Amino acid sequence: MFDALSDRLERLGASLRSRGRLSDADLDAALDEVRTALLEADVELSVVRAFLAAVRARLAGTALATSLSPGQQVIKAVHEQLIEVLGASPLKVTYSSRPPTVILLAGLQGAGKTTAAAKLAQWFKQQGRQPYLVAADLQRPAAVEQLRVLGASIGVDVFSEASDPVAVSREGVERARSLGRDVVIVDTAGRLALDEALMAEVRAISEVTSPHYTFLVIDAVTGQDAVHTARAFHDALSLSGLIVTKLDYDARGGAVLSARGVVGRPVVFASTGEKVGDFELFHPDRIASRILGMGDALSLIERAEATMDADVVANSASRLMSGQFTLDDFLAQLNQVRKMGSFGGLMKLMPGVTKEMRNAASNVDERELNKIEAIIQSMTPRERRDPNLLDASRRTRIAAGSGTTVNAVNQLLKQFTEMKKMMRQMAGGGMPNLPGKLGRAAQMAARADRGRELPAGFESLGAGLRAAAPSGPKNKKKKGGRVTPPKQR
Amino acid sequence: MTIAIIIIAVLVVVLVGVAVVRTRTRARAQLPVPVAPLPEVLVETEAPRPSLEEPGSLRQRLATSRGVFDRLRSITGDTLSSEQRDVVEEVLLRSDIGVATTKAVLDQIDAGIPLGVAGEVRRVLLEFLDRDRDVRIVGDPGRVPVWLFVGVNGVGKTTTIGKLAQLHADEGRHVVLAAGDTFRAAAAEQLAQWAERANADIVRAAEGADPGSVIHDALGRAAARRADIVLADTAGRRANNSNLLDELRKVRRVADREPGQVVETLLVLDATTGQNALSQAREFLAAAEVTGIVLTKLDGTARGGIVVAIERELGIPVKYVGVGERVEDLRVFEPEAFVDSLLAT
Repeated sequence: MFDALSDRLERLGASLRSRGRLSDADLDAALDEVRTALLEADVELSVVRAFLAAVRARLAGTALATSLSPGQQVIKAVHEQLIEVLGASPLKVTYSSRPPTVILLAGLQGAGKTTAAAKLAQWFKQQGRQPYLVAADLQRPAAVEQLRVLGASIGVDVFSEASDPVAVSREGVERARSLGRDVVIVDTAGRLALDEALMAEVRAISEVTSPHYTFLVIDAVTGQDAVHTARAFHDALSLSGLIVTKLDYDARGGAVLSARGVVGRPVVFASTGEKVGDFELFHPDRIASRILGMGDALSLIERAEATMDADVVANSASRLMSGQFTLDDFLAQLNQVRKMGSFGGLMKLMPGVTKEMRNAASNVDERELNKIEAIIQSMTPRERRDPNLLDASRRTRIAAGSGTTVNAVNQLLKQFTEMKKMMRQMAGGGMPNLPGKLGRAAQMAARADRGRELPAGFESLGAGLRAAAPSGPKNKKKKGGRVTPPKQR
Repeated sequence: MTIAIIIIAVLVVVLVGVAVVRTRTRARAQLPVPVAPLPEVLVETEAPRPSLEEPGSLRQRLATSRGVFDRLRSITGDTLSSEQRDVVEEVLLRSDIGVATTKAVLDQIDAGIPLGVAGEVRRVLLEFLDRDRDVRIVGDPGRVPVWLFVGVNGVGKTTTIGKLAQLHADEGRHVVLAAGDTFRAAAAEQLAQWAERANADIVRAAEGADPGSVIHDALGRAAARRADIVLADTAGRRANNSNLLDELRKVRRVADREPGQVVETLLVLDATTGQNALSQAREFLAAAEVTGIVLTKLDGTARGGIVVAIERELGIPVKYVGVGERVEDLRVFEPEAFVDSLLAT
């Protein structure tokens, strides 16, 4: 639905391309596209304006680097400015010398405060702390119950009492102190920014607990209203930072920039899924790429790092490049990938993946994967090493053994062979000459080659730019191609 | 096709793996940096960061922009000054109506403004919102009508159902509630409180039970007791997770089987939601054949303009709006009142 900013700028086309520096008119046209991209990402209008002024200042009069197209130069400036505004370095959470460190969570109804409270507790636990949860949301039916259930699931005690929220908060902090807990997280009632009574309540809670940190929990899908919310809570509570939730939705998350823009406080944590573990420190560069629609390769790499077995991967990767990749290797890889999560989720993080591919991937049924696994496991070890052995009778046997059809077996083998061929060509540095669907990915490689002209320091940006282009996941492969040669030696 | 996708994805991940290995190797090569222990005091570690706020507070700016729009109300004439046009654009964008719909409105008023700027904008918006909003409350003979509620997490589905149960009960209908949100801790509990208040029957199951079976049981009870309508809750789900949407498809199939008949599938949307609401609507339309929208939380500062874009692009009518916590704050959607509040100060 949304076009990546880079596409828009590409479309501005030759008029920008041919000149040595951006004229005012060029700049206007380019910034107009930036404006649309930001608005489509739900960045609030005044924040957009101020942001554009800053980008203009960054770009005005600068000579165009020969290695970047003017469009790329604009994106670079926008990207840098986004990262600067979102916070060059995250707020470091430190701990009070007189424990407990008190953290107050506030936010609108439905932003995900209660869940965020539990996730935050889990995070502190992982840091070796002993967190304690206080359920001061007595407004929503069953909010206390929800926090209890979540607390039990992560092994963190929850304090609650059927009195009034202010008393609960005060006693909760007291209790934590007497229990020797070093972090207390107070979950308050969700409210509408306009609700004076509830605002007064959260202010009273803030007074009796004197929190070291006050975080506003804000929903990534929020629209223009994010500024009102952030402003109202900042006025009432003097926020120390933001926690952004629902980043697993496909929203661009411009609300983060809006809220950050008006309260001038950093985003500290990001919640990225329904599981309690889906919670991490916020990375400005990632949301910057996301607002511009450029994928999130870093998160992908991090997830890979956390779940994949490096030796297995390195082994089969070098085999892949040298063309000795077997079905056994493929099976091992498939299992590695399955450990990382759903295909759809992975593809979303992958820069440079088209919407169609993304949709196709998110529709991949886990059962399909089981089928592939069954097919390969129905082969003898020798067959897996050398698929050429597979004649009609062996294929029939495999189909029967795996509970699939000969057709499915054929398809798998055909795709596997094609992919192997492609990888070999890429490892050889040649332009792969690919059939059908994969052909588009090859065109991408050609584009990606342009990235080579980038000066060394721009490598990561180059990746981002290429990522923004609509095409197959080829840029990743390219990266692999560059990495592998030393390994072969 | 599917296999191709899988193979590509696996490959890509392998290569990411290579990148990871390389990073690790490089990290190992670096000299070990002594890690300073975290100071056990609270220090302010924030560096000053550039503010995005324009000179003159944002609130003032918002106030003035709306004031300007008021002044425009009285202006009539054939053409639009560029300043007036900017103000219109600003008001529309601020309501979350979206870039595309804003452009569509501007294109129309560029053609002429016989009704004055405000009047013309109003006319165009009402044109986008011109559709049938009747709700269906009876099924085919012998079938129990079912209203199915869908939406993402935290938009107020359960509360909406509770209020509608009350409204139906007030109109003399016998309501059965199906607590199909078996995922969220305590969702059934919340619905039970509403059921008690509205004197409605409720069918619930243990947390983690199959939502389809809850709805099936509710239909059985409704048929046995000759209930007039079943309101079925579902768990909140991300609109971009196909497994969850498949589950929803199944729930809908169950609800639509004899003796049940799904006569309305209502998507509950939070008015504070921005452009993502459009993709939510698109996904839920495809998965659950959404017949209408309930727009909640309109009592805040958010205007919920995105529903104009949804009506325009997907043709799903808004049927109810929630403007407060009380039962009577759930109202039938009226386009004129909505557009007026969209454009009001």
